[in-house]
Amino acid sequence: MAVCIAVIAKENYPLYIRSVPTQNELKFHYTVHTSLDVVEEKISAVGKSLGDQRELYLGLLYPTEDYKVYGYVTNSKVKFVIVVDSSNTSLRDNEIRSMFRKLHNSFTDVMCNPFHNPGDTIQSKAFDGIVSGMMVQTASYT
Amino acid sequence: MDPESGVASAGAGGSFISLNEPEQRYYSGLHSLCQADASGTLSSSKVAELFKASQLPPESLHKVTELCGAKRLGYFGTPQFFVALKLLAAAQSGLPIHLESVTANLPLPRFVGLKNEPEMRYSAVPPSIDGQGAQCVSAPGSVCRTPADRSTFRHLEAKVEKKEPWSPPRSPSSSPPRSPLIYRGYPYTKKRNGADSQIAYESKHSSRPIVLLEQHSSPSNYGTKANAEHLAMARASSSERLDQQGAVDYSDDDPWRITEEQLEYYTNQFKTLQPDLGALILGTIAKNFFTKSKLPIPELSHIWELSDVDRDGALTFPEFCTAFHLIVARKNGYPLPESLPPTLRPGVMQQEEDIPDTPEDRSIIERLQPSLATTKQDLKEESCKQAVGMKRMTTSQEKRTLQLGAFPERPEAPQDLDPHMRTKTRPRSHSSTSFEDVMKKAEEPPTPPPRPQKTHSRASSLDLNKLFQQGAPGIKSGWFPPPPALPPRPLTSQVSHFINVSEKTPQNKVQQPNFADFSRFREEEESSVKSEEQGPRSRFGPSTEDLANASKQDGIGVCHSQAPQKPLRRKYHPENQNLETVPPPAMPFPTPTKPAHKLLSKQKREIQMAIRKNKETNAVLTRLNSELQQQLKVVHQERVTLESQLELLRPLAPT
Repeated sequence: MAVCIAVIAKENYPLYIRSVPTQNELKFHYTVHTSLDVVEEKISAVGKSLGDQRELYLGLLYPTEDYKVYGYVTNSKVKFVIVVDSSNTSLRDNEIRSMFRKLHNSFTDVMCNPFHNPGDTIQSKAFDGIVSGMMVQTASYT
Repeated sequence: MDPESGVASAGAGGSFISLNEPEQRYYSGLHSLCQADASGTLSSSKVAELFKASQLPPESLHKVTELCGAKRLGYFGTPQFFVALKLLAAAQSGLPIHLESVTANLPLPRFVGLKNEPEMRYSAVPPSIDGQGAQCVSAPGSVCRTPADRSTFRHLEAKVEKKEPWSPPRSPSSSPPRSPLIYRGYPYTKKRNGADSQIAYESKHSSRPIVLLEQHSSPSNYGTKANAEHLAMARASSSERLDQQGAVDYSDDDPWRITEEQLEYYTNQFKTLQPDLGALILGTIAKNFFTKSKLPIPELSHIWELSDVDRDGALTFPEFCTAFHLIVARKNGYPLPESLPPTLRPGVMQQEEDIPDTPEDRSIIERLQPSLATTKQDLKEESCKQAVGMKRMTTSQEKRTLQLGAFPERPEAPQDLDPHMRTKTRPRSHSSTSFEDVMKKAEEPPTPPPRPQKTHSRASSLDLNKLFQQGAPGIKSGWFPPPPALPPRPLTSQVSHFINVSEKTPQNKVQQPNFADFSRFREEEESSVKSEEQGPRSRFGPSTEDLANASKQDGIGVCHSQAPQKPLRRKYHPENQNLETVPPPAMPFPTPTKPAHKLLSKQKREIQMAIRKNKETNAVLTRLNSELQQQLKVVHQERVTLESQLELLRPLAPT
């Protein structure tokens, strides 16, 4: 369960950021922003072998004491960043991958929508729904 | 307070509380049953009645009330009510009454002694009908099949008709004169005789039961949009229930049901965009078309999301009807549903297509689904799948079903048809490691089945791969679909040079669109020229009319009808450099010259082809120009004649 999910465009501006509202959202924005550097680093590292398939899932970008940040980049350099609470029983890598996959799918759905201009912030309710499904759920019930 | 907000959001979208479809419908039906008043709260007496009917011991009822938050609030709001219903279901199935049990998959709560809901609703009409006011609805889209049933409601209708002598379609919230105007003012290029449609509607509507009226009666006092959505759900739920009760029960006055003449109208409109009813309307064309309806873009976007069930970026005929219908409904004031109403689903659509007995429709049906002999729902789904499956890979179905198992709920995905659709339509290879496939499928134009493992092969026949992307192998195969996709590459590289300069500063994004649009324009022309099916020239005939009225872009959008839409978008994305996220040039920007020496000859060929295409484009444009000139002449003529008439009428002109 993520604490913050962000979609960042190729030009490194955010297309979509959503955090669990109870916490300080600005902190997450900063986190995501700093994670971009790590993403760039990872991308460029693999880029040496042109023609080779680059793994889309970047894995754990970096951990802090509070949370962990995972990254995923598409072939069009759109980055997905998920911030997960460390105190959470650490999610398996597979689960994170599946979350990214879901994100990617709904992202492509959004792109397919002819009324969505690429580069606009994502306003699709479907996408919102998917993301909400992935965010920490406890806030809604406690 | 967290529980409140959580519960509130549970009620609002049903997303947190994860009600599945039947539950949602049932609950909203019950909700409307409880006669909410203006503030959206439910009458506690009705709720108490309902709870008693659940035959649970009173202490558990108290507990339920407490847990759902109503006790704290002092009343039952919508979210509280839903949570309460869920808790009741839990209690009835023996689970402890606790908030966690709400998440479990529960059967619907059973209420004994509760009158049949539809009847309750109907009987609830008379007292509250006077309170209707502008809430009166006679849905624009519904089919009346059994007038006999409606006899009881005729007097109601008469009353309503007297009160609101609108010509259909009616709007639940807008003033009477506005809705017909809106409807008439819908600027379609091929004009259907507005009067005819209005009259046709009138006759249909007059005999239409105002089932919705009753449904609206309880929600009639809703003021909020959220409640209006429950309204839609209630409508959907009632229609669903009616469907369950009787056989295919068309007597429901569901605004989400498409009438025959609407269907005809949609068919005509579809034909103007795409003569072959079995084919797809591409996204851009549909976009241009629906943009004319003057709905705000986010709403159109939402409508698209709802109606494009197979997620291919293009609209089949049933999808088109769905979208059109949603737009019509929206224009008449209906709020957009969160999920596709069951009557609008393509499966149902095709069912309806079977039923109309005009030969035209029959031929449409035949063309659409040759196998659509019977009218069973399963067959519908199958044929749906077939039509879609023709274009989709079947092997991914298993993967898809696996995947569906893994993802229990997409909040807005209707369950019965969409999973099937999804199994076929978006063949994303999740279980495999190739994410390129994912991207690939996303980028593909509607028709061709995805190429499973053709990724990253530099040996692909199309040079464009090398051209536009000197090292993004994964995208290559995605460009396969149309060989004519060649042209823009050289443009891309040219553009990339240009844009590279200003790529650094995001601010320059703003300036770029001008440049970008122009090159997009050029590109679109090329691609349209290069398109394989239904020669662009033939399209230009009708398109010039559009162009006369609409902007040039529209015409070009129409030209797109042949060119696959996705490659197109990708093509002009490079121009809208910083604004898009689609493959092309991420890396080549910094080093556009690097691979040049490698591919010089190929580039030359590309350039030559591009030149040829440009020439063709020029030809097309000159033709366009001449046609526009002619139109200009005509307009001038008219002006001259009018002026002369004016002169005549002015007896003694004081010049």
